[in-house]
Amino acid sequence: MALRDTPTLRILIDASPETEPLPDRYRTLTALLEQGHAVTLASGTQPVSPADTQPTLLLGLWKDTPEFENRPAHWTVQNIHGRSPAQIADLAESHRPAPRNPWKPWFPVIDYDRCTNCMQCLSFCLFGVYGVDGERRIQVQNQDNCKTNCPACSRVCPEAAIMFPKYKAGPINGDTVSAVDLQKEKMKVDISALLGGDVYDMLRLRSEKAKSRFSKERDADKALTERQKCLVKLAEAGDIPAEVLMSLPSPEEIARRAEEAAAKAKAALQPGV
Amino acid sequence: MNRHRILYCHCQYAQVVPPEVKAGVLQALCDSGASFDAVADLCELAARKDPSLARLSSGGCVKIAACYPRAVKGLFHQAGSDLSPDSTEILNMRTEPAGAVVDRLLAPDLQPNLP
Ligand code: SF4
Ligand code: SF4
Repeated sequence: MALRDTPTLRILIDASPETEPLPDRYRTLTALLEQGHAVTLASGTQPVSPADTQPTLLLGLWKDTPEFENRPAHWTVQNIHGRSPAQIADLAESHRPAPRNPWKPWFPVIDYDRCTNCMQCLSFCLFGVYGVDGERRIQVQNQDNCKTNCPACSRVCPEAAIMFPKYKAGPINGDTVSAVDLQKEKMKVDISALLGGDVYDMLRLRSEKAKSRFSKERDADKALTERQKCLVKLAEAGDIPAEVLMSLPSPEEIARRAEEAAAKAKAALQPGV
Repeated sequence: MNRHRILYCHCQYAQVVPPEVKAGVLQALCDSGASFDAVADLCELAARKDPSLARLSSGGCVKIAACYPRAVKGLFHQAGSDLSPDSTEILNMRTEPAGAVVDRLLAPDLQPNLP
């Protein structure tokens, strides 16, 4: 099932003074959140997010379960009298609109306040995570293609504009970018060798000369040697998980995907095409 | 009555927020009697461009307990549900202790801090 086809169940807990207090709020909320649901606890003290068209399960400890005359079709109402936190979680589970997707949400997030639209990330990524929008602006398009725990593309961004919010350290995790961080970005390992050669040069120069050199120099042996050198450096840096390094495509496949990505990036950079 | 909404992110799919901070914030919110929204994992919602994010970003002033403001801003933007710079305060559970996060969540004033 595609990532986007798994809508989240909203669980709305009526905690208004007309209801009996939920005996173990903390355990109930924890159980529901651990199952991946969105929960709204509405006690009337302050606003909560508005109603929408998402599937909604309204729960409460009412003396008599209320009748809602104009209850929307996507709402279900359940009295949770006498249910433990685990039983409430089971009840929510039975209303889940689509099977749970076990994917760990690991994907790049672009800081558009920093991004200069240089397309290096697009030309670097071998897994088609990046694309461009209608205005040829870089965009993360296929989040679930991203290799879990691999922050490699954030290393190629010259502006430190690529974040992985679940990464361990700054600025990749979203922490403020310091002058020292930017300096590091400029001195980083030439990870572009993973692509087997001069993709960046080609993009940077964007000249016919660079284009012809790119096609002449790209042979499988060179790609493999470059890739091996780069893998050793990355493995030494301890940043790229071994399983990601091991699952990289063959040199031929790298060359093919790199050309594809480079063409996409080039097309996005060409004015008025 | 406070005018702002509260949104708590449980960061379910990674251990990047210290568990004692998450537990402390959620427990205090439950004990406070305040109304609030909670989500399992904002990253996961953003990856799916889940319509819940549109609901959570609309509806006026909001204080969000999650992680780095730059990351949270980017996640909402990437999902097509921008947060409003004038009416959003983000509390960072990766760097702040639970008590400090809860104090800000429940304080009546809003201190916008989107980068
Ligand atoms: S490499 Fe960085 S600056 Fe260049 S397009 Fe990608 S995110 Fe933007
Ligand atoms: S937004 Fe931050 S706190 Fe929330 S799930 Fe993502 S990394 Fe965790």
